[in-house]
Amino acid sequence: MSDVPDMTATPANPAIDAAVEPDGHDAPVLTAHRAGLLGCRSCGRVWSADTHQCARCGAHLVPPDRRSLQAVWAWLLAGMIFYVPANIMPIMTTSSLGGLGGGGDSTILGGVLQLVHHGDWWIALVILVASIMVPIGKFIAIIWLALVAGKPATVEEAHSRLHIYEVVEFIGRWSMIDVFVVAILSALVQLGFVVSIKPGPAAASFALSVAFTMLSALSFDPRLIWRGLPLRRRKDVNE
Amino acid sequence: MSETEDYDLKTGKGLTACPKCDALYVEEELNDGETARCLRCGSVLARPRAGAFTQIIALAITTMVLMVGAVFFPFLQISRMGLENGTSLFGVAMAFSDGFIAPLTVAILGSVVALPALRAALLVYTLLPLARGQRPYSHAASAFRLSELMKPWSMAEIFIIGTAVAMVKVGGLATISLGPAFWAFCALIFVSLANRSFMSSATIWDAIEDGGVHTDGREMVQPK
Repeated sequence: MSDVPDMTATPANPAIDAAVEPDGHDAPVLTAHRAGLLGCRSCGRVWSADTHQCARCGAHLVPPDRRSLQAVWAWLLAGMIFYVPANIMPIMTTSSLGGLGGGGDSTILGGVLQLVHHGDWWIALVILVASIMVPIGKFIAIIWLALVAGKPATVEEAHSRLHIYEVVEFIGRWSMIDVFVVAILSALVQLGFVVSIKPGPAAASFALSVAFTMLSALSFDPRLIWRGLPLRRRKDVNE
Repeated sequence: MSETEDYDLKTGKGLTACPKCDALYVEEELNDGETARCLRCGSVLARPRAGAFTQIIALAITTMVLMVGAVFFPFLQISRMGLENGTSLFGVAMAFSDGFIAPLTVAILGSVVALPALRAALLVYTLLPLARGQRPYSHAASAFRLSELMKPWSMAEIFIIGTAVAMVKVGGLATISLGPAFWAFCALIFVSLANRSFMSSATIWDAIEDGGVHTDGREMVQPK
């Protein structure tokens, strides 16, 4: 992919134009919010601050406000609550040779240990990362983002926050792997007396936990990350 | 080409705000192959590509055809000790149909089959007239916004990774044979990855607006 480095979008404020340096991002940037306008998060069109609905794409317009974090916290809490039964209850029940051949209930962590026991290290790692490390990492990342959003930050900090937000947003759906695995196994492994697999209640609460955490990440407004930036660089403030 | 001076800081006319960081820019028509990135956070603001709409339409129709195959052909089959069991994609979703976890059936059918197919249909509906240079169909804006809202919830590619994991788990228990639906699904993943690289939602929004739907005249190209 060959992106032409031509920067065709130009900063809007004529007063600030002069201050924009060729290397870009550490110069003060005029935001729609500071200009008393409201940007649409869905399509980018800019409206006056008293508009409620974007006339181009029909999306609801929201100012970048810390109040929107309430939804983030609410969804996150729901996600964390459902993550507890997802780990305690069995995610699937195996019975082989009519129960004589072993099997029984297995939790998410139990399933990982079973795979390790069989020597399937890579699959164990995939499930461990997708079902345990990613969800917990996501909880921590969203809590941290919601706590620091709108607080003062340097440009570098803002960049790393945006980066973490993008990772959380991207990775959210991948936790569903384990639910799909359970569904496929339960549908496929139905050999009557020989071996059969049934899904357990943890599959449902795990799916809900993933969905709620995704909603939490979706309701986070990344524009808040940039609101805490100083209007001018320190050098200018000291003058 | 719209004039660079033609913007208004009172009403927002002719301006664009970065959806990720709210930085304000004067909107300009881009030439083919150019990419506009936000100076502050680096997100892509617009990326017009000649013929991209036609390619997206072609890929979306491919998605729908493959999805029909993926739903109706057998998906996987296992055998052990003379016993056999096969399943289709529907069978996979129906695995959860017992007891109180039944809603999960709907969630799986939705995220793996319905949403990807519906998204493809909505994209065709939005882009077909635009690719031909005609006026967009009515409600094209709502159709495209709906397809953007569905984006995080369509999980076909995650399902195929789940299939790979399940096959390794079953591998020790029984012999697996792959059905045509499995291959249709694998093809779907590559189609949707290709589609993603052609998509630029800002460009599609501009095209919908230029095409004359939901506009207050802000983004209309100057009459020649």
